[in-house]
Amino acid sequence: MFALAQLPTMLGTRATARAIIAITLAAVFWEIGSRFGDWTGARLPFIGVVPPPSRVLLVWYNLIGDYGYWQSWYLSFLRVLGGFGAAMVLGIPFGMALALNRTFYQTAFPTFEVLRPIPPLAWVPAAILFWPTQELSIAFITFLGAFYTIVINVVGGARSIDARYIQSANAMGASRWTVFRRVVLPSTLPSIIVGASVGMGVTWEVVVAAEMISGGGSSMGSGTGGGTGGGLGFFIWNSYTGGSYEQIIVGMISIGIAGYISSSAIRALGDRIAPWLKPR
Amino acid sequence: MQTTLDQTKARALRGTIRIESAVKVYGNPQNGVVAVDHCSLECPPGEISMVVGPSGCGKTTLLNAIAGFHSLTSGAIYLDDEMLCGPGKPKADPGSDRIVVFQNGALFPWKTNIENVIFGPVMQGKLAVKEAKDKARTMMAEAGLSGIENDYPGQISSGVRRRVEIVRALMNDPKVLLLDEPYRALDSLTKSVMHESLLETCYRNRITVFFITHDLEEAIFLGDQVVIMTSRPCRTKKLLKIDLPHPRDYSIVTSRRFRELMDETMDAVHEEAMKAFELGEREG
Amino acid sequence: MASDAEMGAMDRHRAQGPSAAPDASTSFGGYRMQIETALYHFKNWLRSPRPYLMVLGFILLIGFWWLSVEVWKLPRFAGMPGPTAVVREWLSREPMFGLSFYTPDYYVHILTSLQRVFIAFVLSTVIGIPLGLVIGWSRTAREYIFPVLEMLRPIPALAWVPLAILMFKSSEGPVIFLTFLPAFFATTLNSMLGVHSIDESYFRAADCLGASRWQVFRHIVVPGALPFVFTGLEISIGLAWFSLVAGEMIAGEYGLGYVIYTSYTMVSYPTIVIGMITLGVVGYVSSSIIRSVGVFLMGWRTRELGLGGQ
Repeated sequence: MFALAQLPTMLGTRATARAIIAITLAAVFWEIGSRFGDWTGARLPFIGVVPPPSRVLLVWYNLIGDYGYWQSWYLSFLRVLGGFGAAMVLGIPFGMALALNRTFYQTAFPTFEVLRPIPPLAWVPAAILFWPTQELSIAFITFLGAFYTIVINVVGGARSIDARYIQSANAMGASRWTVFRRVVLPSTLPSIIVGASVGMGVTWEVVVAAEMISGGGSSMGSGTGGGTGGGLGFFIWNSYTGGSYEQIIVGMISIGIAGYISSSAIRALGDRIAPWLKPR
Repeated sequence: MQTTLDQTKARALRGTIRIESAVKVYGNPQNGVVAVDHCSLECPPGEISMVVGPSGCGKTTLLNAIAGFHSLTSGAIYLDDEMLCGPGKPKADPGSDRIVVFQNGALFPWKTNIENVIFGPVMQGKLAVKEAKDKARTMMAEAGLSGIENDYPGQISSGVRRRVEIVRALMNDPKVLLLDEPYRALDSLTKSVMHESLLETCYRNRITVFFITHDLEEAIFLGDQVVIMTSRPCRTKKLLKIDLPHPRDYSIVTSRRFRELMDETMDAVHEEAMKAFELGEREG
Repeated sequence: MASDAEMGAMDRHRAQGPSAAPDASTSFGGYRMQIETALYHFKNWLRSPRPYLMVLGFILLIGFWWLSVEVWKLPRFAGMPGPTAVVREWLSREPMFGLSFYTPDYYVHILTSLQRVFIAFVLSTVIGIPLGLVIGWSRTAREYIFPVLEMLRPIPALAWVPLAILMFKSSEGPVIFLTFLPAFFATTLNSMLGVHSIDESYFRAADCLGASRWQVFRHIVVPGALPFVFTGLEISIGLAWFSLVAGEMIAGEYGLGYVIYTSYTMVSYPTIVIGMITLGVVGYVSSSIIRSVGVFLMGWRTRELGLGGQ
């Protein structure tokens, strides 16, 4: 009876236990894989060049007090927020206009769809040519990545509203603005939130790439290095060119954490502004 | 001709479901939610047992225990002399001797109707695809379902889908058919057609039916016995033998005996419905 | 006897319902009807304002580009390649900057990119779908494998660039790895979600009907997850192109991403735009192919949506 009573709680933690086992095992294999060459002299392919997790942790520990490391976090976050914010501010009204005005939709949406398959990073050279500073071109590309995702989700959400909601609002004498404010906007919120969280992921991808390209190709822009460079993507690239392989991994993990924090924030925000969607 | 009659008789003797003080507690046995509380019930072979109770009262839990989808906390369930689940074996093994027809239907949408119907025997290796298809065509024709063999379930109406699903079950020659409010989503006109078609099927196959519903009229029209359940926790409140003559058709609904039976059960059911309503049970 | 009765029943049914002839869609008459409906829709489309507004949209975009760059020469715009310059270069037999429809190099770049995406996509599909289905289906597998995937997934594919260069000594290796990575995650995750999207009652029905564990996988898990799997594949090919460009820009020696980036450093600006547009077209075509394969494989689904019962 005692064992039976414990069972539900054990079930609850079994998944956690397995997750810990799996992640520990992965770390152990990684450690063995990367140290195998030191021990036997026969370096393993792929994993052999990757520094072991113990050394990565050590390097990371030493970086905790480093100003430049945290400066990279700050700069990347700033760029992500800028590009993402701009994409939200422009993307939501644009998507709404597309969804609500048929003529505008039929004029602008095909053009939008024609531009969309061009990957955001393909815009890098054009952006550098057009924008006066490197910071602005990074911002533009970042913006572009999130913009497509957000617009598509807003359009999809606003066009799939159950017509009965709008009809019943009209029947109760709501004005056009009230219908928009009280029916269309809340009904589209779920898709906006989905679009925002996907867009956030894309933003991090693009920011990292843009920072890396600006660091990697020395020809990019005039402001390389100095005050306008930096960021976690640059941190990784710099560690690579500087030959500090542990720092590459530290940078990768940092970006992973930063991306995870950002999407958790979006999710938390979503639960706040659309509480009726929260799973029970 | 004689042999088939004997077979029918022999079949009628099998398929007794006996539930003995079944208990199901969700969560911790000490302070979890009691869904079924010492429920005992016997479904005679070859008869239709209608289980009536308010939504979310735990009827489906009982059905899941018979089918082998869920375990019982204590108690036992027997099919004829075989213990499906009981002491030392909390969960029954699902098997083709007891087939469930689900509330929302579970025809595989990615298989054509005939592929659905032959699924059981082919998966079990009892019949080759070709033999199974021949048998399926015959059975579908008997049920008036010819011409839709190669359609997908998405292309036929939901009433026809239920009938195909019952044929899919009967292909396995099961002892028991477990129906979980199969006609809940149908409109009342379709429903009456479905009822008559189900009765016809049962007359033809003499099969034990365990049928969950919250529709009293449906229960009395179809049932050989009606079991009224209490609201959560689920227990048998009242067992009523329905003595309406077979074969039945829909004109019986207006008969005096039918109304009497309705009156006899109405109070018990209404009382439980009110209790459930006050408890604020969600539609389950 | 039985077959006579069956025939009779079939005839009766045929006379009754519109869904009578089960083979109508495969017969010649079926095809003709499909063509006729398509023509009917096309004529309706031509009569609606949609095609004209669509063309207007394109004209507005290209017109703005042309006017701002080549006619008004607005500040910042003036340095950009204009539409006529791009088209002239693209159609020229002797292009100024080396790439046009007539130069073999153009096709070498396209083929190189296509080949990389193809390899990465096939790898990610072959690994991702089975892995996703298994972790969606088996709780044990999910509890062990999923946490490791979830640890790796937040790291953007492009953050792997330096490590990929270190790990793969060849020049092709890193680019293909980078292209593979996000495609793999998208495919795996969507396949897993696909299994979760399957209604529990299908599994129960299969259990009732006596299907073995392997048969459940083959007949329920695989077809049931297919809609999500294909959504995943479409996302996956998009992501593959997305990171291919970055990979080629940083580490490539050929390919469209490389074209775009070197054209910038070599100051052959029209070629940048040629590369971008080509990328868009090739990317669009590849996702359309995936979509059509999905529609073809899920015939049951389109019929359901199109003709729908109730």
